[in-house]
Amino acid sequence: MMRRRLGWTAVAALALALPWIMYPVLATDIVTWGLFAAAFDILLGYTGLLSFGHAAYFGGGAYAAALLAQRAGVAFPVNALAAGALAALMAVPLMGLAIRRRGIYFAMITLAFAEMIFYVTNEWRSLTGGENGVQGVPRHVLGGLNITSAVVYYYAALLLALLGLLVCWRIVRSPFGRVLLAIRENEVRTAMLGYPVNRYKLIAAVLSCAISGFAGGLWVMNHGFVALDAVHWSTSGLVLTMVLLGGIGTRLGPLAGAALVLYLRDFLSTWTDAWGIVTGLIFIGVILVFRRGIVGTLEPLVVRGSRAAPHAGRPATATIREAPEGGTGPVS
Amino acid sequence: METLLIEVFNGLINGAFYALLSLGLAVIFGMLRVVNFMHGALYMLGAFGAFLLGTTLGVSFWWALLISPLAVAAVGYGLERTLLRRLYDLDVLYNLLLTFGLTLLIQDAMRLRFGVQGVPYPAPPELRGAVAIGFMFFPTYRLFVLVFSIAVCLGTWWLIERTRVGMIIRAATEHPMLTRALGVDVDRWIPSVFAFGVALAGLAGVLAAPMRAVSPLMGADLIITTFAIVVIGGMGSILGSVVTGFVVGALAALAAVYYPAAENLLVFVIMAVVLLLRPAGLFGMAETG
Repeated sequence: MMRRRLGWTAVAALALALPWIMYPVLATDIVTWGLFAAAFDILLGYTGLLSFGHAAYFGGGAYAAALLAQRAGVAFPVNALAAGALAALMAVPLMGLAIRRRGIYFAMITLAFAEMIFYVTNEWRSLTGGENGVQGVPRHVLGGLNITSAVVYYYAALLLALLGLLVCWRIVRSPFGRVLLAIRENEVRTAMLGYPVNRYKLIAAVLSCAISGFAGGLWVMNHGFVALDAVHWSTSGLVLTMVLLGGIGTRLGPLAGAALVLYLRDFLSTWTDAWGIVTGLIFIGVILVFRRGIVGTLEPLVVRGSRAAPHAGRPATATIREAPEGGTGPVS
Repeated sequence: METLLIEVFNGLINGAFYALLSLGLAVIFGMLRVVNFMHGALYMLGAFGAFLLGTTLGVSFWWALLISPLAVAAVGYGLERTLLRRLYDLDVLYNLLLTFGLTLLIQDAMRLRFGVQGVPYPAPPELRGAVAIGFMFFPTYRLFVLVFSIAVCLGTWWLIERTRVGMIIRAATEHPMLTRALGVDVDRWIPSVFAFGVALAGLAGVLAAPMRAVSPLMGADLIITTFAIVVIGGMGSILGSVVTGFVVGALAALAAVYYPAAENLLVFVIMAVVLLLRPAGLFGMAETG
């Protein structure tokens, strides 16, 4: 217990010190992407659904928040919340269709729908500015304040992202979250027990997308502009990299992954633009030899004897189902 | 009416690429249970293979059409032996993720070497110009792509449905344990089947080289559209994936006549409708993954 409290104190201290030890805009990116990654992990880590299309909700939320601020003068936290609501509205039909298929098909369908959103964003120039994106987004704050300081914005975003994270953690630790874990472990058995599996999956997906949209809103206000790359499939790939590297199905994994990936990208950008190669190598390395990720590997070592993580009958952190029943793998 | 016919023709040519790619995906998925995200990147390597063979060694289009897919097959064979096979005991999603990582790596390496602009690759002299079909003229090269890809699709279908090798592959796809029990060394066939599937992607890349700019990202968006087509057709049937590819290509081109923005979107709309009405896909069988 002592160790755990010490750990959380260190994390909190790091979060408060972050804009003083690095470029504050990067610090804010880490916090907002961390929230995005945590929301994404509700589906991947706790429901066993690999969405390859979360860029649509993060990017869609970013566009919504930017346009609301720029065209309607909606003040800061409100536009980010509205972005979350819009992402939820998008998720109801799209995720509703995607959950009709499982596993690999779910991944392909979410990817395809995100590509559709990408094309729509690109074509709808009058609204989204096409390839130019939305630029010069004003950062009005509720109460008529106008924050220009990047450090002040960091603390505002940190507070809101923390609220979002608490919601994510509450979701996965609630009775509802336990049912999601049951679905991840054995969907058929969960259905046999009388749980409306598809409704649970849809609610989990909509919550995940809503928080992703909210994170997108926080992120866009950090930069004041948004362009097509926010809804591109590479954004979906980037959040996936963060969660895999940090540790699927862990509380701090998505944050650690976001911090490491974004810091690395920033650091490398000064001397190489081979970012795709670096991400690719991280990806391949994690998939082949480091499937538990950083937090998934460290947590059992640091917090020995703490209360069990909610994965009965398996090591402290689960990855995607490791070897499910019924023939997967090639002809095995 | 004439423009409409020409558009359908052009659409069928887009469809030919969808068909070749989804055919390769279906063959690989059947045997390995792997959705190969690299397929688009290997299609791109096929096109660059033709370009590099032509510029450095002066190899003609026709030889490139043979050599480049073989080279892509060799790359696929090597990756299967060294990387993909390590993950067969885990959830199938891991291999999707692995091939996604490889895609990022391959595309970015090619971007660093060749830039994003792309390089030109001329059509072979024999196929330049246009031919008259009935009342309209049609570029010879495009006609060739259409005929050739239909032939490749039929050939693959014949190989899988009518030959002894195909019989083993089909048996291993449906009942791997039983096939093993009958004395077939199933594992021996896995890398070859993977190599064959990616060779189809390489072939599509060579065919695309004279028509589309040869660029590092040429396969990136194409693979996503192909995934949508795979969802529409269902991966259960070889012929199904081919037919779906051609039909969706033609429909998208027709839609573009009336509403240009629809060309890219129609595939996804069709996918949504299919998911609503027939979630397993038009030719799909029971849920496989």
